Amino acid sequence: MMAALTKNFVGLGRRVMNSLWRIGIGARFLSLILLNSGISFSRFHLTVKELFFSGVMSLIIILVAGMFVGMVLGLQGYETLKRYGSESALGSLVALSLVRELGPVLAALLFASRAGSAMTAEIGLMKATEQISAMEMMAINPIARVVAPRFWAGVFAVPLLAAMFSVMGVFGGYLVGVVLIGVDEGSFWSQMQSNVDFQHDVLNGVFKSCVFGVVVTAIALFEGYDAPPTAEGVSGATTRTVVESSLAILILDFILTALMI
Amino acid sequence: MGSLEYRCLKATGVYNVLSEALVEIRDVNFAYGHRPILKGMNLTFPKNKVIAIMGGSGCGKTTLLRLIGGSIKPTSGYVKIGGQIIHELDRAGLYAMRRKMGMLFQFGALFTDMSVYDNVAFQMREHTNLPEEIIHDLVMMKLHAVGLRGTHDLLPAELSGGMARRVALARTVALDPMLILYDEPFAGLDPISLTVVGNLIKRLNDALGATSIVVTHDVQESLKIVDYLYFVADGVIITEGTPDEIKASNKPFVQQFINGEMDGPVPFHYPGGDYQQDLKLKSIERVKNNKRKVTERYFGLDRRQKKK
Repeated sequence: MMAALTKNFVGLGRRVMNSLWRIGIGARFLSLILLNSGISFSRFHLTVKELFFSGVMSLIIILVAGMFVGMVLGLQGYETLKRYGSESALGSLVALSLVRELGPVLAALLFASRAGSAMTAEIGLMKATEQISAMEMMAINPIARVVAPRFWAGVFAVPLLAAMFSVMGVFGGYLVGVVLIGVDEGSFWSQMQSNVDFQHDVLNGVFKSCVFGVVVTAIALFEGYDAPPTAEGVSGATTRTVVESSLAILILDFILTALMI
Repeated sequence: MGSLEYRCLKATGVYNVLSEALVEIRDVNFAYGHRPILKGMNLTFPKNKVIAIMGGSGCGKTTLLRLIGGSIKPTSGYVKIGGQIIHELDRAGLYAMRRKMGMLFQFGALFTDMSVYDNVAFQMREHTNLPEEIIHDLVMMKLHAVGLRGTHDLLPAELSGGMARRVALARTVALDPMLILYDEPFAGLDPISLTVVGNLIKRLNDALGATSIVVTHDVQESLKIVDYLYFVADGVIITEGTPDEIKASNKPFVQQFINGEMDGPVPFHYPGGDYQQDLKLKSIERVKNNKRKVTERYFGLDRRQKKK
């Protein structure tokens, strides 16, 4: 009995220690990226190329998801507001929900699933096929040449995608609320304009999505760079990227909301 | 240069004057954790020669190459390239040294998101300020040298294994390195590609005046192109010499390696436990006994006894 308990405690302790080590190594990896970021700006075309792959290629999923989330918000919001006779506030409900919460969070979650997992798989496969080692042997720092441009592309892409998501969401809410249900168009837009504050609502959302961009991209790149160079290693790393990024986004969202409210 | 001549010159110190060593490995030990891989290795690689390091899988050949490339540090001893101890260099020094080196990886390690042209041009664009027109001419010349000028528009995925290896070779010599490292350059190639790659290694080394270190276990191809061979087994050099000396060697290991014999100094079986025990033969006997007892209990007699 005691032996089994001890074994469990030892196992738990080992897992905790491993997790702490990984967080430490991840933080060191992030600092290495920041230290080797010069090339990402001096040769900005490298970052722009990655921005295309991670940002522009994610546009379709972001725009479609944004529009449907906005449409659902329009329907649900109308049903709730109708009970209090405040259907005219539908515009501000849709906009505030999207700009403050749903835009940054859902855009980051979609980015982690679509672009983050692709980044992990790409870096992991580059490692498995010795492309990273080849670069090292050519006296080219792979962190500066391969990792840092992808990092900055992710950091720039997530706030832009969150903005697109919110815009499409508002459009979806307008389609359902005004065009389909028949809420007054003037009150929809004027309520939105008067109740959405640029600094407290829009900038808070932008700040959140910047933080999510850093976290999601850093996790994706670290998992790829740290993946064992095997098929199982890369697939495991891709799964970890999605799981860890999603949890990090939701936990950080709570912390940031609590701090900014 | 014959092995005896080589050893005499090395012993008298004249060798270093006649043929200066580009790479020196002295008393190098290396271990992964508690598992020793290299045990007191001493190797010399003179300039303008093609030298092979041969041995079975897992004997430490690739580890030696990684030590020369500065990817790992020896536990003791040193690796000197051009008079500089590679593992004592800082990152900038190591990168400066690596700019004078080229390495061909086992499966080419071409960048899969770039065309053949961009792969060969990669180092030129990263390390030089040459105008694109000159880079174009240089890339075409390198690809022409390996016979693949016509593939410059293709992606690595569109090449066969042998062609990918040749493109990787063109990329390896893109900046005319003084030292070229080859990690299993013949692995997985058909006989024609094997001869082509072998000849290219020799021709490029002669044309560039470089030193080539070829880690391989392909005996026949290596004997055709190299100037000198080291045989490694269990982390030590067990024999060395020119191709003629190696062919004439009567050492059992060399004979087993050259003739590809299944058993010999390198055993066919990896050390393991008792074979009968691994097959659980004892428990099979026990099952048979139990079966016999059950038969006796329900039928009164063992069936075999009944037959009698």
